[in-house]
Amino acid sequence: MELLEFARGQGLQIAVSVFAAGLVWRLLHLYLTMRKTDLSEARQGGAKAGGIKTIFSRFVHHEPFRERTRNGTIIAYTFHIGLAIIVFGGAPHILFIESFSGLSWTPLPNVVIHVSAAVTLAALIAAIFRRVLHPVLSMLSNFDDYFSWFITTLPVVTGLMAVAHFGGRYETLLAVHILSFEAFLIWFPFGKLMHSIIVFGSRYTTGVTFTRRGAKV
Amino acid sequence: MSDAIAKHPLETEKERFGIKEPEARFDLQGEVADDERVRRAMVNFAKDINRTTATYMEACVHCGQCAEACHYYVQTGDPKYTPIWKLEVFKQAYKREASPFAPLYRLLNLKKKVSVEQLEEWQELIYDSCTMCGRCSLMCPMGIDIATLVGLARHGMFKAGLVPHELHAVAERAEAEGSPLGATAQVFEDRADWMADEHETDIPFDEEQADILVAMSSIEIMKYPNSIGATAKILNALGESWTFRSEGYEATNFGMLSGNVDWQRDMTMKLIDAAVNCGAKLVILPECGHAYGALRWQGAAMYGKPLPFKVLHISEYLADVISSGRLKVKKVDQSVTFHDPCQVSRRGGATPAPRVVMEALGVDLTEMTPGGDFNWCCGGGGGVVTIHRADKLRYKVFELKMDQIEATGADTVLSTCSNCRQSFNDAQQHFNWDKSMESLLELVADNLVED
Repeated sequence: MELLEFARGQGLQIAVSVFAAGLVWRLLHLYLTMRKTDLSEARQGGAKAGGIKTIFSRFVHHEPFRERTRNGTIIAYTFHIGLAIIVFGGAPHILFIESFSGLSWTPLPNVVIHVSAAVTLAALIAAIFRRVLHPVLSMLSNFDDYFSWFITTLPVVTGLMAVAHFGGRYETLLAVHILSFEAFLIWFPFGKLMHSIIVFGSRYTTGVTFTRRGAKV
Repeated sequence: MSDAIAKHPLETEKERFGIKEPEARFDLQGEVADDERVRRAMVNFAKDINRTTATYMEACVHCGQCAEACHYYVQTGDPKYTPIWKLEVFKQAYKREASPFAPLYRLLNLKKKVSVEQLEEWQELIYDSCTMCGRCSLMCPMGIDIATLVGLARHGMFKAGLVPHELHAVAERAEAEGSPLGATAQVFEDRADWMADEHETDIPFDEEQADILVAMSSIEIMKYPNSIGATAKILNALGESWTFRSEGYEATNFGMLSGNVDWQRDMTMKLIDAAVNCGAKLVILPECGHAYGALRWQGAAMYGKPLPFKVLHISEYLADVISSGRLKVKKVDQSVTFHDPCQVSRRGGATPAPRVVMEALGVDLTEMTPGGDFNWCCGGGGGVVTIHRADKLRYKVFELKMDQIEATGADTVLSTCSNCRQSFNDAQQHFNWDKSMESLLELVADNLVED
């Protein structure tokens, strides 16, 4: 019970504090880095709209690239969507979100969450196998890639264990699940998990640049 | 003539112009200690870190998908040609020196200092195996403009004295003589006179006042001089007020391709000064891909303020005058496919222009698959065609292009880049291939409807 109390109380406070401070510092660092102005004459207007469009259009590869990137894309989409379903559709998670934001919505049926969790875990396992075995991915990969995978997979595994009451008392399993999520929060600003925020900046920037040129984005 | 220029004689007899194949390589420039080379590379790379480049550096998730867009990886299957890997040492430097947690990386040595051995290894990846064609930039799920980052990485490599021998030599010649291929102002004027006779047209030189300044690439001047005559014929037919200027005629920018920003600025400023001196409202760039990027998109940054004139690639100009009805062309019964120069189409946004021209010519156009903005690069851009040691790899990636062209069944390949054309013709000779590349500009000039 003490572990659960720590996880729900002080542990969560520490995790959120580190998460927030790290996030602010990393984004502030980018914001404070000098901005370079493009002095070239734009071919067309609508650069900002083009930037916003690119944020969304890059969710799907242009047709000529799809075939060669199919496997990686399917795996990535499966666990990203799966994680979103679990986090925003699971009843306990909605209760948790409500506890600090006041926002609440109807949860998805448990069976959907459980199936999503299983599929997500399978996709995460496929992702790590692919990272290890694919010559390009294994060459590119570093500690950040492997640890970020571990810290993302851990809450999924511990969540499934808690739901299945597998491996210990429910309270202990729940505490471990919450702690694993807190570990995720603490690591978030320090590694590649930040891509979930920075991606909007990089896509927007490229979208603006090439929209000004009238080029494909 | 400088020692360096004397040491690297020009090669103008073969299909691929540049310097003669070196007997010994000198891919390290200057007598500099290893630590100093690394320091210069990192300091100069750090100079290019701004909000955009920092965002790109932070955004990569190592998904590796950019490999699938790169002709070098697709053709060889060698993972080292993964586009983002070509920036690995610079990412390493960014993390250690300029990232939000750089002090931590240094304190705990989480990212090691870049070594000169790494930089030497990366020379091949930054120069020989990247044409900065930008296919990877167009496909990156994170939206990272990898091609631009490779261009910036070259800045550091140049300052460190780590440029491939031939690329350094042609860039040095361009800075010293005004042309990478010996097309000095006098040589250009002589060849322009010759083309004026050949094409029975006037070629104005050093006019004090002109609405249009025209630039040429030295590949055209020395290898495809008909481009000079073709341009003159068209502009004269339209009654344009135009000129070549001896103080600024060279469109190529080997300062940019080699990574020397100072030389890039010098080369760009020659064109800008020439345009300002004659009061030009428009600068027309020739059939050259990187020349378009250098002036159209990077020229103002070199100038430090917006350019006081418009800049058009010749294909854009032709599309404009054809669309407005000012220029009329005869129909051409020819089966063609079109090779999009990466810097004009994918990176430059002028993809529709040549298609407007080809429609007016009535050619039977069969597009390549993939084509247009997704076209595969010829493999010779970014200065790669100058590097002899990269030939084997260049021919390997050209096989992709050959397959694309063969699949169209077209008789003729048209393009609007003399560097692509040179790469094609060199590879054509290498493979004993029956296809060759022709200039869209010359096709227009040969089929003018004259009053």
